[in-house]
Amino acid sequence: MKRVYLDHNATTPVEPEVLDAMLPYFSNEFGNAASIHTFGQKGRGAVETARESVAALIGARPQEIVFTSGGTESDNHAIFGIVGQSLLPASSSQSSAPHIITAAIEHEAVLNTCQALEKAGVAVTYVPVDREGRVDPDSVRRTIRPETVLITLMHANNELGTVQPLEEIGFIAKQADVYFHTDAVQSAGKIPIDVNSLGVDLLSISGHKLYAPKGIGALYIRGGTHLRQFLYGGHHQRGFRPGTENVPGIVGLGKAAELARASLAQDNERISALREDLEQGLLARVPDSKVNGGAAPRTPNTTNLLFPGLEGEALVIALDLKGLACSTGAACSSGAVEPSHVLTAIGLPPEEARASLRFSLGRHTSAEDIEFALQVIPAAVAQLRELSPTYRREAAARP
Amino acid sequence: MMTTTQFDTLPVQATLTPGLVAVAMSGGVDSSTVAAVLQQQGRPIVGLTMQLWNQRRLPELQGQGPAQHRCCSLDDVYDAKRVAQHLKFPHYVVNFETQFEDRVVRPFVDQYLAGRTPIACTNCNTDVKFEPLLRMARQIGAGCLATGHYARIRRNEVTGRWELLRARDDSKDQSYFLWGLTQEQLSRSDFPLGELTKEEVRALARRVNLPVAEKPESMELCFVPNGSYVQFIQSYSRERGIALDQREGEIVTENGAVIGRHNGLHQFTIGQRKGLGFAAGKPLYVLAIDPQNNRVVVGEDDALRATTCELKNVNWISCESLRAPLRADVKIRHKHQAAPATVVALDATRARVTFDSPQRAITPGQAAVFYSSEVVLGGGWIR
Repeated sequence: MKRVYLDHNATTPVEPEVLDAMLPYFSNEFGNAASIHTFGQKGRGAVETARESVAALIGARPQEIVFTSGGTESDNHAIFGIVGQSLLPASSSQSSAPHIITAAIEHEAVLNTCQALEKAGVAVTYVPVDREGRVDPDSVRRTIRPETVLITLMHANNELGTVQPLEEIGFIAKQADVYFHTDAVQSAGKIPIDVNSLGVDLLSISGHKLYAPKGIGALYIRGGTHLRQFLYGGHHQRGFRPGTENVPGIVGLGKAAELARASLAQDNERISALREDLEQGLLARVPDSKVNGGAAPRTPNTTNLLFPGLEGEALVIALDLKGLACSTGAACSSGAVEPSHVLTAIGLPPEEARASLRFSLGRHTSAEDIEFALQVIPAAVAQLRELSPTYRREAAARP
Repeated sequence: MMTTTQFDTLPVQATLTPGLVAVAMSGGVDSSTVAAVLQQQGRPIVGLTMQLWNQRRLPELQGQGPAQHRCCSLDDVYDAKRVAQHLKFPHYVVNFETQFEDRVVRPFVDQYLAGRTPIACTNCNTDVKFEPLLRMARQIGAGCLATGHYARIRRNEVTGRWELLRARDDSKDQSYFLWGLTQEQLSRSDFPLGELTKEEVRALARRVNLPVAEKPESMELCFVPNGSYVQFIQSYSRERGIALDQREGEIVTENGAVIGRHNGLHQFTIGQRKGLGFAAGKPLYVLAIDPQNNRVVVGEDDALRATTCELKNVNWISCESLRAPLRADVKIRHKHQAAPATVVALDATRARVTFDSPQRAITPGQAAVFYSSEVVLGGGWIR
């Protein structure tokens, strides 16, 4: 059966070149990068080369890159690290609790970290977004108070692709002397990133979203940024992140960063044209459909579409049975299917949030793939709507 | 409660994947074997496991450690997935928690609080499994939904109606829980185990090496951990802000003499003996639950027997409606031995059952199901 994968925001395949680069470091060059001997030195060399590649992708210096187990760890490390540091006796000149600013549409790795801190007495402001999913920099500015220690705002949203105006917010953060973290898991490798022009102090990256394997990520920590120790252990990565380095994973992330940097501009152009074909094709072929968050700057690969009158969950299954992989907002197999917090935040009512699907293209998505999607999606939507009690009622009520 | 409108106006033509059957998989041996049976028949299948209840929701009901072998525990979802992987067919977990709470759990609790003894499984069948799940199965391209129920469906060529029959294995028969199915629902359902015994099902499961072949059977209500529905009702009510501890009332005899106190009607069911003691050396049983006066009426076993009851939400399976009094064997609870009776329609949805001889503990909230030998003619809720 022909299978087309349009869920690259969930994960990407490991690029063959990335895999090739990694393979020697499993068995042949297996040394611990912290060891003195030749085995260790080979690992160390590979890790440092990778660090340079990752730094180059985001305009950072290699010593500002710490390798982690992925985006979630990077986000936790950044947020707990800044807030924890502000609570140390030396730095807590203020008597009131520290304050964080974040947004309602953040990934759970950030949201739940902030909520955990909230339970521990930290004040958190969740700034709203507009109908396109954008944060208003002015609302961030207005929210800053003397106790604010951190602004954490994602670069690109996983569900909508919306890109936040980080430059403006970075400027605001700098003026206010507040640390600025961004979860760049969905933007790294998709759009250009320069930590200096964005004005961020901390930036999270996940390997498997940019054709490296799962289980590897990175945290950019601007020189001079003080984070409270997050994990305790040996002195690996200059003590920033103890734990024996995942040499093959790090090498993979380095190679993937190198490839992304080389092909980013050209990928962008090609992928955004395909996304446009998909979007326009579906809008034309599926009655009443519309794009969520389409008017904001977006990552070139993501589109989120609303097909009123159906359950997104059923459509994802119907499409998977026909060979097309995509997703609803939230990947949640256990627990209530709560409508996506992102779609709710941009003002969609629950039934519309549940009727929305995300398609995310990738480096290997072809015009044939989009053609296939344009064949199967309209037919599947029609089939679901035919059996939907709500859609037919709505259709009947229409003049 | 039993709306049929969702199905009344369905368009007949739909672009179905030829022969695709959806299998409702709980992760247990029965529904897993259904998948194996259908696959052996060469039919393309897709597995659907319903996520119905969040077991972490009422944490005070959890014992030590993770819930084992209960519906919607992660174990069971993984078991269903393992079966699908083993037999190599697509499988999805679908979430119906909202529908399950609205149509099964809340009515179940409300019924108990109103002094009745509900059957959650029937509501789940009629209003969840063969309603939104069946609809989803059809939406994703399946022509019908197969389940692990022990019962049979056949089309009566003379009347043109879909009939529901007892399982071949009488000890496993679940037809009592399926009386609410409409013609449309029956026409799109498949019970492949109806012709098999439990032993045959296990043997089949072993023969195809199902990873759940030796899994113990669960007999409890799926959403009630540790089998204590009283605790469940209390916890669920507390979550809804209803304090049941203030619902104490009197236990009285038939002639109104107060002989004790109870702390909540939901702890009682008609015919119950436990915890009531004796009067004049004879054991006492619950005769009636009187929500108006918040009383439990008790008496001797003889007083539990009655010959008649009235039914609501009656569903006819073997005929469109009842025009003349019907002689049938009527079952008033799952483990009741069907007894001969006459059923008379009072109007389109109500009926009266009059047994030839008195029956013990006819209980409001349970169902009366009419049988003619192995055929289920219909049924209704006891008022």
